[in-house]
Amino acid sequence: MIRQVLYSLFKKPATNLYPAQKLEMPKGYRGKLVFYPEKCIGCKMCMKDCPTGAITINKIAEKKFEAVIDLGKCIYCAQCVDSCIKKALEVTKDVTLAQLDDKKLKVVFGSDSENNRTEKQAP
Amino acid sequence: MIEALFSILIFPGFLFVSIFGLIAEYIDRKLYARLQNRVGPPWFQTFADFIKLLGKEDIVPCDATVRMFNSAPLFALTAATATFLYIPIWKAQNIFSFNGDIIMILYLLTIPTLAFFIGGWYSTSLFSRIGSVRGVTQLFAYEVPLFMAILSAALLADTWSLKEMMLFYTRHPAYCLFNLAGFAVSLVALLGKLEKAPFDIPEAETEIVAGAFTEYSGKRLALLKLTLDIEMVAGSALLVAVFFPFSLMFYPALGFVVFIIEVLAVIALLALLRTVVARLRIDQMIDFCWKYLVPFALFQLLLNIILKGVLYR
Amino acid sequence: MHNSDKFKIPVGPQHPALKEPESFSLALKGEKIMGVDIRLGYNHRGIEKACEERTYIQDIYLIERICGICSHSHSTCFIQAVEEIAGVSVPKRALYIRTLIAELERIHSHLLWLGVAGHEIGFDTLLMYSWRDREIVMDILALLTGNRVNYGINTIGGVRRDISEEEKQEILKGINILEERTKYYIEVATEETTIIKRLSGVGVLNYDDTLRLDAVGPTARASGVQRDVRKDDPYAAYSEMDFNVITDNHGDVYGRTVVRVKELMESYQIVRQCIKNMPDGPIVVKVPRKIPAGEALSRYEAPRGEDVHYVKSNGTEKPERVKVRAPTLANIQAVKHMLKDRYLADMPIVVAAIDPCFSCTDRLIAVKNSNNKNNHTMTWEALHAYSIAWYKARGIDFAGLNKNLKKRLEGS
Repeated sequence: MIRQVLYSLFKKPATNLYPAQKLEMPKGYRGKLVFYPEKCIGCKMCMKDCPTGAITINKIAEKKFEAVIDLGKCIYCAQCVDSCIKKALEVTKDVTLAQLDDKKLKVVFGSDSENNRTEKQAP
Repeated sequence: MIEALFSILIFPGFLFVSIFGLIAEYIDRKLYARLQNRVGPPWFQTFADFIKLLGKEDIVPCDATVRMFNSAPLFALTAATATFLYIPIWKAQNIFSFNGDIIMILYLLTIPTLAFFIGGWYSTSLFSRIGSVRGVTQLFAYEVPLFMAILSAALLADTWSLKEMMLFYTRHPAYCLFNLAGFAVSLVALLGKLEKAPFDIPEAETEIVAGAFTEYSGKRLALLKLTLDIEMVAGSALLVAVFFPFSLMFYPALGFVVFIIEVLAVIALLALLRTVVARLRIDQMIDFCWKYLVPFALFQLLLNIILKGVLYR
Repeated sequence: MHNSDKFKIPVGPQHPALKEPESFSLALKGEKIMGVDIRLGYNHRGIEKACEERTYIQDIYLIERICGICSHSHSTCFIQAVEEIAGVSVPKRALYIRTLIAELERIHSHLLWLGVAGHEIGFDTLLMYSWRDREIVMDILALLTGNRVNYGINTIGGVRRDISEEEKQEILKGINILEERTKYYIEVATEETTIIKRLSGVGVLNYDDTLRLDAVGPTARASGVQRDVRKDDPYAAYSEMDFNVITDNHGDVYGRTVVRVKELMESYQIVRQCIKNMPDGPIVVKVPRKIPAGEALSRYEAPRGEDVHYVKSNGTEKPERVKVRAPTLANIQAVKHMLKDRYLADMPIVVAAIDPCFSCTDRLIAVKNSNNKNNHTMTWEALHAYSIAWYKARGIDFAGLNKNLKKRLEGS
């Protein structure tokens, strides 16, 4: 034991100094979701399968949908990604989602008039 | 008068020893962390902890005997600080020095443990009471080998004054080698006094929360923590003064530096020891002290008596 | 305490030795434990009831969150029961992946336990080292499944993610480092004097008592009982794996440490076999959402012992009844026996030695109305009113708080 601890003295610490030094998440990490409104057909299978009811698909116009995701409720299981037959949902590696203001946790994924994807806080 | 006040309050008294204690705690913690392959705290951590605790709410348990509960940390702090005053740092002339002060130092070092006992006992929490009883039980186990080891070094020097003793070993540096067994014994016994692993039984976190300190908070806890730091410095300084008093060989400024380095080296040794052991049970601790430490200390005593006969002939 | 030589010390519901709230009331005489009162039920979350109101797909994720450490154990156990009712035959590759994740989970759980055990006996260096090494397997799990805990790899009829060749190489690399480290831990456990002093002879449970008290998992195996579901009733791909059931005859905490550390070595072998023999093919078969009526009981060897799930279906999308028996519930009886006549200092390590997971254990709670002589259960409204009155009697008024809460809820 004593040899091991003395050896550790000259080794780089194993600890990661977190906020200064961020760890890269591996590929395929189940982090924050993204929604592609142009692919969505509004079948609402994701809503049906979501274990916590974190996702809501709203119809805003004919063949135009937006997704409201409550990041506080979401458990990042990515079941909705599996359930979606049109692959309109995807996971990202984004994990730093903590917020002091719980209103900011509700995110609306939609599209603007030029069909560009938008992401904004729910009203 | 003014000189005495200066040495009590500023240097090498309260102010100096507090700062040195906090720095020593930082070194202890940092080294402990590095030995465990962690990063450890930043340099100001111990000061920040102290200041934070001073600003925290002070809670006195409603069943506690308030006077005893309040005075215990002060008693402990005073005794620990006073110990340091009696240890000559780099000059042989210590204003409080007298013949027999080494016994006095050893007893002064015992007072914090007793103060912790009183504070823990009068805070009436079950965890505190178990912790304080454990602390006193442990006291009887490590105190005997510690006293024997330190006094056998004094025996060889043929004096009860720490100053005279240091001067003796400065004249005969090679004689320090005879006391190595005594140094090892007192180092282990010091771990018991400072309540560090493997003898952190009185404040075993996973069993009795924080032992005698469980009910303390705010300023009183800050004082208790400071007491522990000062005790660590004073205990290590005593070991250095008794076993390796090399600082007297140098000019004042360099002697001071040598002394500080030696104290920090002892603290580093304590940190290393506590990294590689698990906490013992109280019965195992007492077994260990009486079965191994005391025979070693007795051996040292016997060796020094024989040496004295040989060397002084 | 002044007058009698015996006193009661509350360890829990809040105590540094316990990572989850659970109450152990110890009757002490000096340092000696004369008796123990264990009270479970501080962690009840109503998961079984909640399962009945969700579909099978949703239940997987709920069941997975019964336990943070053995999440794969619970979800696999549940899914096995559902698949049995539905009569699905799961593709072989999926079974292999399930086995692989199960063993990786066992490795991470046992390394975690080793660190906790070190902390309980005041040996924090062991905690720091074993948790540092645990990061390797956590990274592997994150790479394979997309998360460090709550892997979410299971789905009814198979698994959700395939394993690529590069990932296999990553696993082998990590396993090799871990094997090296585990050899070092075996050395530490057998050579460090203070560790052996604190562990051996503590919390002894002999062979007969183990059978009588129905201990499971490493706790039972450390007393010489050959009990391992992986061998006795093979599930997933365990029937094709070559491994030994580790037993030990010490019967104490030291034996449990040895069993766990040696099981790590077996797990590395199983992981290697999984990777080597993994067949090609699909990873999932389609299962209809409605599961036909029926019932099934499923067993699974979780890192802590045998996990049992019972599922009853009624032909709809939702189960009619789900019952979970986590391994800690089987072992908790033995703790009382193990603590008898031991020292207070042994209490944390004896409790930790069964690797308790109290939130897995707390399944059902019966609230009795002490005012009513018939002792029938209270309704939700009565319980709510009782709790408000209880706090009011102690000077805490929730009326204001409720008003604020109502205002906030209406506002949002």
